[in-house]
Amino acid sequence: MISEQAKERMRALASRYPVARSAMLPALHIAQGEEGYITQAGLEAVAEVLNLTTDDVKSVATFYTMYYHRPHGQKVVGVCTGIACYLRGCDDLVEHLEQRLGIKRGETTPDGNFTLECVECIASCSTAPAMQVNGEFVENVTLKLADDLIDELSREMAAKKLEPRTEIHR
Amino acid sequence: MPELIVTKNMDVPGLDTLEVYQQHDGYQGLKKALNEYQPDELVEMVKKSGLRGRGGAGFPTGMKWGFLAKNDKPRYLCCNSDESEPGTCKDRMMMEKNPHQLVEGVAICCYACRINTAFIFVRGELPYAARQVERAVEEAYAAGYLGENILGSGYSLDVIVHRGAGAYICGEESALMEALEGRRGYPRLKPPFPAAVGVYGGPTVINNCETLSTLPAILRNGADWYASVGTEKSKGTRVFCLSGQVKKPGLYELPINTSFRTLIYEHGGGILHDRQIKAFVPGGSSAPLLAPDKLDVTMDYESVAAAGSMAGAGAIIVISDETCIVSAVLRMTEFYRDESCGKCTPCREGTYWLTEILHRLEHGGGKQKDLDLLLDVCDNIAGKSFCPLGDAATSSIVSGIKLFREEFAEHVRQGACPMHGSRPRIEAR
Repeated sequence: MISEQAKERMRALASRYPVARSAMLPALHIAQGEEGYITQAGLEAVAEVLNLTTDDVKSVATFYTMYYHRPHGQKVVGVCTGIACYLRGCDDLVEHLEQRLGIKRGETTPDGNFTLECVECIASCSTAPAMQVNGEFVENVTLKLADDLIDELSREMAAKKLEPRTEIHR
Repeated sequence: MPELIVTKNMDVPGLDTLEVYQQHDGYQGLKKALNEYQPDELVEMVKKSGLRGRGGAGFPTGMKWGFLAKNDKPRYLCCNSDESEPGTCKDRMMMEKNPHQLVEGVAICCYACRINTAFIFVRGELPYAARQVERAVEEAYAAGYLGENILGSGYSLDVIVHRGAGAYICGEESALMEALEGRRGYPRLKPPFPAAVGVYGGPTVINNCETLSTLPAILRNGADWYASVGTEKSKGTRVFCLSGQVKKPGLYELPINTSFRTLIYEHGGGILHDRQIKAFVPGGSSAPLLAPDKLDVTMDYESVAAAGSMAGAGAIIVISDETCIVSAVLRMTEFYRDESCGKCTPCREGTYWLTEILHRLEHGGGKQKDLDLLLDVCDNIAGKSFCPLGDAATSSIVSGIKLFREEFAEHVRQGACPMHGSRPRIEAR
């Protein structure tokens, strides 16, 4: 469900730009923030605000890699596999995280805590290997750092009540 | 020690706030522009400075501004902060640490080009950088550096920060405009060029983040000052991004005619694990590889072109002899396959087949014909795709085979990687 507050934010964006359609990408980010991924309700909300068809909106949503089309874990761990990170051992890092989390790249842990992704260059080349957790950078990663981070995040998630949704990449 | 320009004061605490920025000549450039110059005079000043685009193409900035069509349509600036070229991480740093410098540069450019609406397009994967720029824009509005009747000059400017959603192709200027207009990021046919028909059909300037960030200093110190560093055709300093198998990867602002050797060995500390350098990427992964015999080439646009590559985005990625060149080329090619927008057949199909062939060369099953097949597929993409992404995809393969044909051939002979999958290892530090 897309909240009225979210729709208000989308409408504000639509009137901020010289042409309303320009609010498409930010509006989709808002819709994703509401439900964690782009749902039918999200598409309909954006379509309504921008006065477009849901097909039109979906065609844009399916182009860009940051829009998810199914649920993912609470913490999305995106490991960069670009050339600079490759040269500093990102393949070791990916393998290690796969083993640690018990999933393969692209998958989510059964407890819904972690999604592990391989992503293309995230502009952290001189601090490689690098990754992002829900859009926040983790740089100069070592296997120990990665393990400590997974430990810390696991503790964090166990400790607090599950929030309905975390807006990713805010 | 040459003067720092764009990264000057970068480590001053609080530089990202208006208060501290103003304590360090912040917005003096904009004030000077508004008070002392007519817009056309500023275009001439930037032409005279010799500033060239720092995004990758290196097009003379003043000349680009001069191309804006003179009609009644609203004009726009798009600041291209879609930094996605593998090896490049400089614009991110500038936005995170000195967002006001960018905002001031945006304002100077817009005043010079008689533009009243600007977009700062920040790639979606840089949320902190985008928040920094958004906050700087808000502070600038509050202080009267943006908005209506800036500093009583009569000139008004509206700035919108627009976040992308994940697509390397949106760093290509016409695809950027498509994303800005709320569509799939497919490049547009050119001509018409953005200066004639751009955002919403109006004349548009698209400049890289670093290019715009350089303008405040040029305004404060003058065109001659900026042009006093560099070569005849490549002026000033630029922020070089050094990465890969060196001891001290990092961002280094240096005169543009510094040599690769100086950057890699003097600033970068030399090769990781005290190995030998095998090859280096001189300008982001879209630039052809160079071999160690080109280490003394200087990193200005003309010299790197003469050496057979491109200065591009100023991203130098170093490959040592502990790495298999075929594996590195495969990884770079996978990037273009993943990022191909899919609009044109040569790139969409070609990048896929290039990775398939490279994969079997590296992991088993490489055939005798594969080297020529790779070059043939590259020939069907380069110059024949809708936009430069296709050309870029072929750079590392064509140059890799040219410089390291034996290494590729050995993969065929052995039916697998002669280095037996010894991939680069992660450091324990």
